[in-house]
Amino acid sequence: METPNTTKRRNFLLKVIHGVGYYAFGTVAWGVYLKQSQANSDVLRPPGALSEADFVKTCIRCGICVEVCPYDALKLSKITDHVSLGTPFYEPRKDPCQMCIDIPCASSCPTRALELKNLIRDDVLSINNAKMGLALINTQTCLAYLGLQCTLCFQACPLTGDAISLFKERNTRTDMHAFLKPVVHPDVCTGCGMREHACPTTYPSIFVKPLSSISGDIGSHYIVGWEKQDESRARESAGDSNMKKTPRNEKSALDNVNDVDGILEGLYD
Amino acid sequence: MINWFFHHRFYIARRMTQTLILLAYFGSNYFGWNTIVGNLSTALVFGTIPLSDPFSTLQMFFAGAVITVDIMMGVGVVVFFYSVIGGRFFCSWVCPINIVTETATWVRNILPFNTVDVCSPLPQSTRTWMIIISFVLSYIFSLAAYEMINPIGIAHRGIIFGFGMGWVLLLAIFLFDLFSQEYAWCGHICPVGKFNALLGKYSLIKVVHDKDKCVNSLECFKACPEVQILNMVGHKSATITGSSCLKCARCIEVCETGAFEFSVVGITKQLRDDK
Repeated sequence: METPNTTKRRNFLLKVIHGVGYYAFGTVAWGVYLKQSQANSDVLRPPGALSEADFVKTCIRCGICVEVCPYDALKLSKITDHVSLGTPFYEPRKDPCQMCIDIPCASSCPTRALELKNLIRDDVLSINNAKMGLALINTQTCLAYLGLQCTLCFQACPLTGDAISLFKERNTRTDMHAFLKPVVHPDVCTGCGMREHACPTTYPSIFVKPLSSISGDIGSHYIVGWEKQDESRARESAGDSNMKKTPRNEKSALDNVNDVDGILEGLYD
Repeated sequence: MINWFFHHRFYIARRMTQTLILLAYFGSNYFGWNTIVGNLSTALVFGTIPLSDPFSTLQMFFAGAVITVDIMMGVGVVVFFYSVIGGRFFCSWVCPINIVTETATWVRNILPFNTVDVCSPLPQSTRTWMIIISFVLSYIFSLAAYEMINPIGIAHRGIIFGFGMGWVLLLAIFLFDLFSQEYAWCGHICPVGKFNALLGKYSLIKVVHDKDKCVNSLECFKACPEVQILNMVGHKSATITGSSCLKCARCIEVCETGAFEFSVVGITKQLRDDK
């Protein structure tokens, strides 16, 4: 039965199977590595950066932002950095962003992974609109919260008074001193990291985290009634015909709240 | 001694070009020169001419990134150069990994590794598959897949911005090329070289073979990293049209009778010689 033709076919099939084996192994191993190097939520990006997932795919890893950074605050990640390979980041404890007013990093980015539009608020382009991260305070180790006199972060902050303020409080432990507690204002804080850099504790008690890893989200099911837009959203959804009818929402929401008799009768238990 | 220089004239020129380009990149970062800012993926020459790597840009495209006009212009400039001069000029005259792999091959030729005829596990088609897999993985993981493991990028960024542990990868490639098989990385795996080769298939600068000067010494076959392109040697005077020619000019250097030389060849003549 062994004709040259069948051996040929057999050889061909064996070759294909060999190839499939090698490529399947290689591709899966490569894929696992890629999965690891996808978006990392714990890294601080230069001003104007896109969201982490978009940034990782849009950044061409040319390092021009790192080269133009006049303070050498930006670094390009190496294979040991636990940051998507070859992308720019900064470590505020070592080198905080110095908030250059001409924003050389974002304006030199060729791929717009650093997008100047993200730094525009009310038609004004300013580095102060950057949202690189948010400073958090560990009130258990912060010297000021312990009652010691320390205003280093307050002094280091480039937007001091707006992004951070001192909250005065009576110190009941001594009954004769005051706490001067630093409080961060999240709507203004840019996350530059100057305060983290200035913090005198061994491990910084005020530190910057990227917004994506810490910011809360109120969700759509809560209504902030004192804001006009949110109130109208409540009115719109009240007429939502998809809502399931129960004894409680048969009438309008307002009537329900005012139905004292119904509540007393235990109608809605 | 002069003879040695003559037989390594292109080798010396290539190493000098590679070093000078690396120095220009390094100086732009370290000393703030305005020569060539960036790295091999994207750079700006003298603050005006953009350069972008077509292969990594295409991966970004498959990853779903928005490609800006700056990058498109850079790709345009590079593709123009590749299609005129030749895509794999990059491999032998610019790429820093080439220094590593050629050194490995040089050591390999001193050691008796090539005297034993063992089967080579990697076919040359691997690099074509690497291109395809790069695009597929880029699409799946929304990330320029090959750029995450590209030793060219890691080495080049390492030289410009500091290595960290990146040199381990260079050592790995050196050992891989030294022990596994001849030209294992550049000739069989690296998709960047293959991609550039496809772009520069009909580039104008080619090495031309003259049959009448050939004495069948087979020195060129020993020197050439891509021997399959030398199929006409000894029986036909023709242009070396194989796209994987690196233009490394090793054949020109080793040929005692001068049967090879660089030449500008029109596309019609190339197509005729291809048959």
